[in-house]
Amino acid sequence: MTAMNASDQTTSASDPPVPSPAAKPRTLIHAVILGVFCLGFGLLLAITDRLTVEDIGARSLEDRQNSLSQVIPDSVHDNNLVTDTIRMTDDHGKEITIYRARKAGRITGVAYEIYGTGYAGEIKLMMGVDAEGKLLGVRPLAHKETPGLGDKIEVKKGDWILRFTGLSLGNPVPERWKVKKDGGEFDQFAGATITPRGVVRAIRGGLDFFAANKSKLTEAN
Amino acid sequence: MADYKTIVKDGLWDNNGVLSMLLGMCPAMAMTTSATNGFGMGLATAVVMAASSFLVAAFRSRITQEVRIPVFILIVAAMVTVVDLAMNAWMHELYKVLGLFIPLIVSNCLPLARLEAFAAKQPAMPAFVDGLFMGLGFTIALTGIGAVREITGNGTLFADASLLLGPAFKAIEMRILPADTGVLMMILPPGGFLVTGLLVVVKRMIDLRAGKEIQMGGAHSVA
Repeated sequence: MTAMNASDQTTSASDPPVPSPAAKPRTLIHAVILGVFCLGFGLLLAITDRLTVEDIGARSLEDRQNSLSQVIPDSVHDNNLVTDTIRMTDDHGKEITIYRARKAGRITGVAYEIYGTGYAGEIKLMMGVDAEGKLLGVRPLAHKETPGLGDKIEVKKGDWILRFTGLSLGNPVPERWKVKKDGGEFDQFAGATITPRGVVRAIRGGLDFFAANKSKLTEAN
Repeated sequence: MADYKTIVKDGLWDNNGVLSMLLGMCPAMAMTTSATNGFGMGLATAVVMAASSFLVAAFRSRITQEVRIPVFILIVAAMVTVVDLAMNAWMHELYKVLGLFIPLIVSNCLPLARLEAFAAKQPAMPAFVDGLFMGLGFTIALTGIGAVREITGNGTLFADASLLLGPAFKAIEMRILPADTGVLMMILPPGGFLVTGLLVVVKRMIDLRAGKEIQMGGAHSVA
């Protein structure tokens, strides 16, 4: 005990204590270490981003192409849907992209995203309509519906969504564009009415949008 | 010389991240609606854990005590972002299934716990092995939870495995129970709690029968 005290005193005697100035460089060291790590890993991320940015762009283009080709059959167009687009504002004031299908320059159909309200928030769908306003196809793009109940709107989990192909605003008549429970034409799922109701309403809204903007949507420019 | 056999055994079973230490509960319950999802999430976590454990151990003499937590999180987050970007670019099908959940690895406390408890004190190689096998143990636990939930809730096992692993794995996609007989609750959040709890019990019973002392996670957890 005394020996330790003695040695303590000798060290502090030969090396005078400098509490506050010494604390500063210590803090600085930590800041420098953290900064160097941030720089290093920031660089790593920049390199990774450089390496992957092209492939990621290509993949997301392919995804868009895939979902478009499901709602616009290849037989009705000979152009590239992804690049032939116009921007429009839909009935809810949302800016949407209209993908246009052309054959020999004439517009044969359009595809655009529609939004419905399901049991667990927004359901995003893509729908394709031909120049006469007949549905070419509808597919859900994103939703958070209950697995096993509401997710039967996915084509992978059931063919309910295929039912809409070929229908239009006059077929069935507008007041029959509802699920059966509401006195309409379309089946709901056992245990899930809200999801199909939201989807039917969204498709109906999409057709209304087409009818209201038909000339603008189908004029070839 | 590190005792690799103990590290491997600890990671896979004795000190299993989910079933013994009860860490990483968020992905363990959120991502296990099917065996395939659990498996994919586990593998992505294993890659991140192996890489970040290796890096932390390699730089451990440079990382001071005061800034170690921010540096650990920085390293885990960087690894997660690298995995996220690489998967989006080169394993796109898998990314479409798991993409939403990969950023969540950053907030999984299991990688951080292993960095603090193991990698910060060990050479790079044992740390790498520890990260990898802790991650694989995590994968086993998630696949197990997912399998039980999927069979009881949906009647299938490894559905969509071919999306994740390639067409060759179409053969392991099974239907155990007839369609529409599953108990929906098992796929919903309550099923996650039930199955995770039951599997923890099963693991402890196996350990007790083998005469092992039950390892409690308390000493290892940091978050």
